[in-house]
Amino acid sequence: MNTMKRLIIIALVALVSGSALGYGEVRPVDNDVRDIESLQRGAQLYFENCVGCHSLEYARFNRVARDLSIPEDLFEEYLLDADRPIGDLMTIAMPEALGAQFFGTTPPDLTLVARVRGTDWIYTFLTGFYEDPIRPYGVNNALYNNVGMPHAMVNQQGLCAEAPGANGCEELVYEGSMSPEEFDLAMVDLTNFLDYMGEPVQVQRQRIGWFVMAFLSVFLVFAWLLYRELWKDVK
Amino acid sequence: MSNQDKDGLMGWIDARLPVTRTIEKHVTKYYAPKNFNFFYVFGVLAMLVFVNQIVTGIWLTMKYVPSAEEAFRSVEYIMRDVEWGWLIRYMHSTGASMFFVVIYLHMFRALLYGSYQKPRELVWIFGMLLYLLLMAEAFMGYVLPWGQMSYWGAQVIISLFGAVPVIGEPLVEWIRGDYLISGATLNRFFALHVIALPLVLALLVFLHIVALHEVGSNNPDGIDIKKDLDENGVPRDGIPFHPYYTIGKDLVGVIIFLMVFCGIIFFFPTAGGFFLETANFEPADPLTTPENIHPVWYFGAFYSILRAMDFDLFFIEAKLLGVLTMGAAIAILFVLPWLDRSPVRSWRYKGMISRVSIVVFAVAFSILTWLGIQPVTTLNTILAQICTAIYFAFFLGMPFYTRYEKTKPVPERVTNR
Amino acid sequence: MTQDGVNKGRRRFLMGATGVMGAAGGVGVAWPLLASWQPSERAKAVGAPVTVDIGNLEPGEMISIEWRGKPIFIVHRTPEMLETLRSDELRGRLSDPDSGNADQQPEYARNDVRSREEEILVVEGFCTHLGCAPQFRPEVAPQTFDDNWLGGFFCACHGSRFDMAGRVFRGVPAPSNLAVPPHFREGNLLTVGEDGETA
Repeated sequence: MNTMKRLIIIALVALVSGSALGYGEVRPVDNDVRDIESLQRGAQLYFENCVGCHSLEYARFNRVARDLSIPEDLFEEYLLDADRPIGDLMTIAMPEALGAQFFGTTPPDLTLVARVRGTDWIYTFLTGFYEDPIRPYGVNNALYNNVGMPHAMVNQQGLCAEAPGANGCEELVYEGSMSPEEFDLAMVDLTNFLDYMGEPVQVQRQRIGWFVMAFLSVFLVFAWLLYRELWKDVK
Repeated sequence: MSNQDKDGLMGWIDARLPVTRTIEKHVTKYYAPKNFNFFYVFGVLAMLVFVNQIVTGIWLTMKYVPSAEEAFRSVEYIMRDVEWGWLIRYMHSTGASMFFVVIYLHMFRALLYGSYQKPRELVWIFGMLLYLLLMAEAFMGYVLPWGQMSYWGAQVIISLFGAVPVIGEPLVEWIRGDYLISGATLNRFFALHVIALPLVLALLVFLHIVALHEVGSNNPDGIDIKKDLDENGVPRDGIPFHPYYTIGKDLVGVIIFLMVFCGIIFFFPTAGGFFLETANFEPADPLTTPENIHPVWYFGAFYSILRAMDFDLFFIEAKLLGVLTMGAAIAILFVLPWLDRSPVRSWRYKGMISRVSIVVFAVAFSILTWLGIQPVTTLNTILAQICTAIYFAFFLGMPFYTRYEKTKPVPERVTNR
Repeated sequence: MTQDGVNKGRRRFLMGATGVMGAAGGVGVAWPLLASWQPSERAKAVGAPVTVDIGNLEPGEMISIEWRGKPIFIVHRTPEMLETLRSDELRGRLSDPDSGNADQQPEYARNDVRSREEEILVVEGFCTHLGCAPQFRPEVAPQTFDDNWLGGFFCACHGSRFDMAGRVFRGVPAPSNLAVPPHFREGNLLTVGEDGETA
């Protein structure tokens, strides 16, 4: 079979199977990247629970500290490994091969996950873990079936008995340190942090945008009046 | 020329370099018809976007690293670590798509008002060459971020050349410079994208404008304003390009365009995945094809035509037929000036068949563009085949319906409506 | 085409106003382009302060480290070297023996031996003429470039000479003393690029 046809078929199969592979429905999340406190909580959750396996290799520690209004000395004390310069990219020490050995695949970098998957997907994924004894880690994910990842926050959430549906987790096998409401809010914060991480400049970008639009509006008024004035000559 | 004997610095320069004469010929004493409507702003806008692409492109080149290992990382470096890098990158990526929006409307304008007809055939041909090269330029530029869409888009488009009989496979290898899309491909595309094609594009823009100014601009009535001159030899229906269009009408159009342009840059830089595609935020991975690979929207129409040919015709197999049809769809645009046999230029005075045809053609082209980024389904393929048929019928039927249909009388002077 | 009855004042005002808006827009576009040439976050991260252990640096020796892409010379000066630096014989041959040019060193290195601590000299190995890296020539002996060499730095590019405190000699192309970067010491650890808390 020639390449062209093969590629088209791959595209077709991928599209159809997108739903068939057990990618469940996403649940919408209402996060706000302007909410600095939420971002701070999200960053803390990320550095406590995720950064062991998932790098943020295109972003730098000091940018996070600055954007999230975390004083650099506090950041260095609580969130940064000792002797790492705060200007470093947020790479991690786990070699790729080791990750592949533990999880069957290298844990992906998450800097751009919000731009690739979207926030709804992230939130649904984070709240989608449930007990499944057949899987190597005893958990599965309602959104991403047969995911090769353990439930990193099982101590906080507890373990969900069945695949969470449209209302999220309804019954726990055992409880965690957070109440279901607390856990849900924590996952919104974490999603929010990853949303910010996908494009750190997004809030600033929109703010500048309003100034630019205001400027152009005034410019337009003058240009319009000038046009009307000049075209009085044209009969 | 009247300024040859001027004193002072300008006089000294003018005796050696035709500065004043050139400005007069192309700006201050270039008489444009006074009945231009909003469709006539897109030429200026295309120039504006061209300059935007050149300037932001030069700036991106300062920070971008053209290698398979570093390209993706360097784009994120521009987005995050370089001061204002995000803005420069969004200006360039938005500019690429907006270039095609502007160019398509510019071409549609020519179609509506018969701007390709005698004596503007060369203007049209230079324009078509610009369009063709712009597609190549845009395609190669899209490969540079080295994301998943870059990689697989390049894979699919380059594989098209494999349809060429006999030399197909060696040709594809030669274009790639490797046995698969690789850093070698990226590097040559980079060189072509930043140096070679922009140089040729700039030359063609120059020729396009010089050819236009030699014969003068068409207008929505399709009337030759040079036939009616006043006692000074100035067209009665013409007004100086400057100031009436430069800082008059066109400036208004430019600012409105900039509001749209900046609106996208600052509020919807990905334009919902149309200008910056979601899959391109993942680094290129030769082992995993993303879902629904497709070219960027502006190639959609021709890509649909390619895919519509899913059957063998006589001894030509489907793959080659698709490529040939797509090639023909582009090639037929070049001969448009000789297909239109109508005695009038503007659709305002053409017959009913022409008027309806242009609208149907525009709709079919839009549908093809939309289908180009949709997944292949049986229904979509049938729709694409119908639209492809309309596309070719529009051009191939033109010599007949334009010659025999009844046209309306063309007024002596331009109208304002 | 006629300009009869045109309100010239109104027209001039609108042209001016539109022109000003256009110029402002031009500046607004130029600004990000020019600002993007500033050191990026990566350059700043690479340019962060550098710390080096100078516990093993013997008197009379020099080590060279890199900070912001420039060589930084750290010299452990001997008492003889310091004595020479304070001698009138040498000072008379220098163009700025008392560090009059305040831009070339932090305030704490603005003294007769141009250092925070007498023995430890920290200077940028970046000739103030055109940016070559001078050579460390500690030996007190006649040289091809100086019959009465008292030890110091010699720039081979254009023959500029500096003493053991980075002070420039008279009659050489370099206009000013070698720059002393901000630095501080904690025990054996010397950090270049920051003044430290006692600054």
